[in-house]
Amino acid sequence: MNNFDYIRASDIADAVRMKAADPAAKFIAGGTNLVDLMKYEVERPARLIDISRLPLRSVEETDDGGVRIGALVPNSDLAYHPLIERSYPLLSSAILGGASAQLRNMASTGGNLLQRTRCLYFYDVATPCNKRAPGSGCGAIAGLNRINAILGTSEACIATHPSDMCVALAALDATVHVAGPAGARSIAFVDFHRLPGETPEIDNNLRSDEIITAIELPPQGFATHYSYLKIRDRLSYAFALVSVAAALELENGHIRVARLALGGVAHKPWRDVAVEALLRGEAPSRDLFGAAADALLKDAKGFAHNKFKIGLARRAIIRTLTQAANATPQVQSIKKVR
Amino acid sequence: MNSAPSAHAGLQTTAKPKPVSITLTINGEARTLDIAPWTTLLDLLRDRLDLTGSKKGCDHGQCGACTVLLDGRRVLSCLTLAAMKDGAEITTIEGLAKGDTLHPLQQAFIDHDAFQCGYCTPGQICSAAGLIAEGRAKTKDDIRELMSGNICRCGAYPNIVAAIEQAMEAMGGKR
Repeated sequence: MNNFDYIRASDIADAVRMKAADPAAKFIAGGTNLVDLMKYEVERPARLIDISRLPLRSVEETDDGGVRIGALVPNSDLAYHPLIERSYPLLSSAILGGASAQLRNMASTGGNLLQRTRCLYFYDVATPCNKRAPGSGCGAIAGLNRINAILGTSEACIATHPSDMCVALAALDATVHVAGPAGARSIAFVDFHRLPGETPEIDNNLRSDEIITAIELPPQGFATHYSYLKIRDRLSYAFALVSVAAALELENGHIRVARLALGGVAHKPWRDVAVEALLRGEAPSRDLFGAAADALLKDAKGFAHNKFKIGLARRAIIRTLTQAANATPQVQSIKKVR
Repeated sequence: MNSAPSAHAGLQTTAKPKPVSITLTINGEARTLDIAPWTTLLDLLRDRLDLTGSKKGCDHGQCGACTVLLDGRRVLSCLTLAAMKDGAEITTIEGLAKGDTLHPLQQAFIDHDAFQCGYCTPGQICSAAGLIAEGRAKTKDDIRELMSGNICRCGAYPNIVAAIEQAMEAMGGKR
């Protein structure tokens, strides 16, 4: 790890001021990703601004019946919060599908959104990576790409976003609240992360002088018909090869509202509203879910080692939608998939 | 090798970074320390305070051998910057026994032969103490899932799960 200067912000305005005064400085909250990246010398900030003591740790109901989650709420506290467990169990389940108990105790809600890719070439500073060193090339496209993306890739980057929590937040239509020198603004969750395009070094649409303050969920939590299914190389404590968040509202045996988001397949949690529209008004069936999966994956493109993800994603979509329709969500501690 | 200068702009350290003064209560004892900002809690415990029970396995948050309790919650000390934890209470494996009386988890690990080489054991036990305090694990499946952050290369997992079950019972399901 490089030597760096350490300062502590006392409130949001203070944090924004400190960052404006030193744009190369990095905010640190849980630190679970940043400290690791610093050990690999992928990140070498000259200054860290500690925001972990800012008053952003509450989970509160909003006036419209939704919920507002402070950016510093630890992942574990969020997953086990009574309001989230009761009204947004998809979010609880996705969080508990990720990382380990220790990491969930440390990692913050805002930081979860900002975690960097786990692409092997991003981490290995001896190899090219357009995300880490723009213009150096992509090591993954012709290299080891088993864990890389199949949707929304570019010639510059085939990295995936590693979060589980964010897949649920995408499905739940969350909103990201941010603050910066120009004041506060909000960003729809599906617009928060970016596709790589020509500028894979930019993961998301948070401006470099902004800080995430809260995540807001709308009232509809899909607490009955939901499931989060995560497929990975070992049964726990591994990043997703493919994960699926499914949420349905059923009325008289027909789908009134459908939400479907995928993790492990793209540079951002993958949602396709056209596929959700295709499910609307229909009765749940294996054929219907298969057709939805085919539509979602019609432009999927595999590379040397990850073509299997296309078939895996198809089966995972069908299975997860079936679990949601049957109100038999995947339980993260039970490894049998029904 | 390819790293563009812009990516490493942070390197140009002109002034020497200032040390940070922190006070930690470690296994019940208050310690005031001046540390470099880049000191991890694990390095502070092992190299500065001679508390070498917490192990450096991977140093990247992938193995759990460095697990300690911070304000009663299990965390990875290798990914924790000590400077950020001013005022915290830390419990390491050295702080679990009461005098010569082993913590129920320590006794249970012995009773169930829940280790072979022992390198992961301090982290396993601290993690299990956190797990029991959380009160979320009800079944063997839950224990396995909620202990998945602690890797045991010897593969003592069945005995580790049995030991944790015994300690959970001895401790009344909760702390």
